Amino acid sequence: MLEVVDDRTGSPTALAAALRATGYLADDDLATAAFLALAMHRPLFCEGEPGTGKTALAQALATVLDAELIRLQCYEGIDASQALYDWDFPRQLLHLRALEATGGAGRTDDVEASLYDRRFLLARPILRALQSPRAVLLVDEIDRADDEFEAFLLEVLTEHAVSIPELGEVRAAVPPVVVLTSNRTREVHDALKRRCLYLWLDHPDVAREIEILHARIPGLPARLSAEVATAAHRLREADLLKPPGVAESLDWARALQLVGARHLDVDSAAATLGAVLKYREDADRVRTRLETLLAS
Amino acid sequence: MTTPDNPAPDPVRGLVGFTAVLRHAGLPVTTERVTAFLTAVDALGAGREQVYRAGLLTLCGDPDDLPRYERAFVGWFDADRRPARQPQPPRTPRLSATLPSGTGDGIDGDDSGPQVRASASGTEVLRHHDLGELTITERAHLRALLALLRPIPPSRPSRRRSPARRGAADPRRTLRAALHTDGELCTLARRDRSPRPRKVVLLIDVSGSMEPYADALLRFAHVVVRRAPAATEVFTLGTRLTRVTRELRLRDPEHALAAAGRAIPDWSGGTRLGEAMAAFVDRWGRRGAARRAVVVVFSDGWERGDTALLGTQLAGLRRLAHRLIWVNPHVGKPGYTPVQGGIVAALPHLHDLLAGHSLATLEDLLEVMARA
Repeated sequence: MLEVVDDRTGSPTALAAALRATGYLADDDLATAAFLALAMHRPLFCEGEPGTGKTALAQALATVLDAELIRLQCYEGIDASQALYDWDFPRQLLHLRALEATGGAGRTDDVEASLYDRRFLLARPILRALQSPRAVLLVDEIDRADDEFEAFLLEVLTEHAVSIPELGEVRAAVPPVVVLTSNRTREVHDALKRRCLYLWLDHPDVAREIEILHARIPGLPARLSAEVATAAHRLREADLLKPPGVAESLDWARALQLVGARHLDVDSAAATLGAVLKYREDADRVRTRLETLLAS
Repeated sequence: MTTPDNPAPDPVRGLVGFTAVLRHAGLPVTTERVTAFLTAVDALGAGREQVYRAGLLTLCGDPDDLPRYERAFVGWFDADRRPARQPQPPRTPRLSATLPSGTGDGIDGDDSGPQVRASASGTEVLRHHDLGELTITERAHLRALLALLRPIPPSRPSRRRSPARRGAADPRRTLRAALHTDGELCTLARRDRSPRPRKVVLLIDVSGSMEPYADALLRFAHVVVRRAPAATEVFTLGTRLTRVTRELRLRDPEHALAAAGRAIPDWSGGTRLGEAMAAFVDRWGRRGAARRAVVVVFSDGWERGDTALLGTQLAGLRRLAHRLIWVNPHVGKPGYTPVQGGIVAALPHLHDLLAGHSLATLEDLLEVMARA
């Protein structure tokens, strides 16, 4: 089984083909980056506009590697007990009470050892990824976490190990594939970036976006996908508050498909604009210029 | 189709030389990154395309690095194919050039001794003196006074809980304590949200009309950045937006200001506040830099562009920010009325309009920021 996986990840082109089979279209840069991340056992740090496929890359990699995708969504104030591990306090207390009731409570050291046992350990995403035989760990939106959390990730990402004071070190038998994503709301510390491969993801060009729409939405008429991709491309150049990403154009195409539109005209576009533009100011501006937007 | 020959007889030497060029171009190249680069080349092969990609992934760390990398790559690997190097664009004017004379040689020279004594008694006067009308010696003294400022960064309650006297129960510490009493819960340990520094964004107008104040304001910004480097962002506004946070994080104020001066391309040029503000809100503000932050704009409000644009941008900024403060050096002057186009457009969206023409008013500003 391992050989099969090696075949599919043995070169950037092979990996690109494998990713394509899962419905994720990777260009050469991206395929090379993913290949190197696997070959060098380095985390892949993806930055780019929202909706350019950072999170989807991790999902596709997990499918290709036949690995479990473990996702850690970062947010402000996230700490070790939510990312790494926590002790199951209610059960520990019950255990302590039970020991007392049955007279099993002996020396404090023994009690403590039985209390901090693996069965009372709640594995959170990072610990789970380290324990899993094959995992892709997605650390999503690392820029939302505070900087203390980055420092703490460093240890995990370089050593592939965590130390739990009560238990000792937990080291990954197979280092997980790690993908970090950032939307650049904050500059991530260079110490963390230095240990990663840095990948900047941009919006795809029209031809690739058409391909993506095809790969992702089965049964989408060719004409509709071309029109959606072209319109999305124009919207990105229209100086909007929030230019649509690929995720939005996928949503848009799905919405058009659901309302039964055969192709993109002013009426169907106006009806489904909410799938692609998320600001009132943007929607107002585009609504008045739909004709020019859709002109071929 | 063809792979060009290795740029040097020893490929590793050529590659390491390339990383040195990148380091010189300002990329964050470290030994660790160089090792990663060589490993990546080893894994991909040493063709031109492969080396390019390997470097792109291992040696860059920021989207701003990508064009610089591109230039350095072409310069290093295609050097023999190019007839000559492109001439460097002229250097941007240095910050020190805005001072009436040299950056300090004349001040620290023969007349420094008596001046310090004379001005020590004049500190109180200087605190209220207009920053734009200082003599060279007064400027030197003012710098020393600015460096002494100890701003209290504004704070907000954090999401992270830490041990506290009151607050919610802390199971971890409670259980630890119970162990020592044979499982009896005698004391309930508690934890609560601790204060964290709130984000601060300083937007400094460096156009021609603000020139007399820009030096002092950037020094002021340096003091604020040094106090809370992770929570402070500084940008300059002129005909365009420039981020100078990195430069101002340098410890020494003179180095920091010189670096900032090199980074600012539109020093004492025209003003297009609205467009620069739009660039800030788009690229930084909405993504998080201005969210729940204390945003301070230092500007006199002279706007060459469209004031309506400035108005809409500030309206958006106010929705993002925790507090939006405008500091105008002319506010503190007698007979001032807010008639400049920019100020008129901005006024409805501001939380505070403050003076900022003297050290005393800057101290007031720090107090407003701390309480925000």
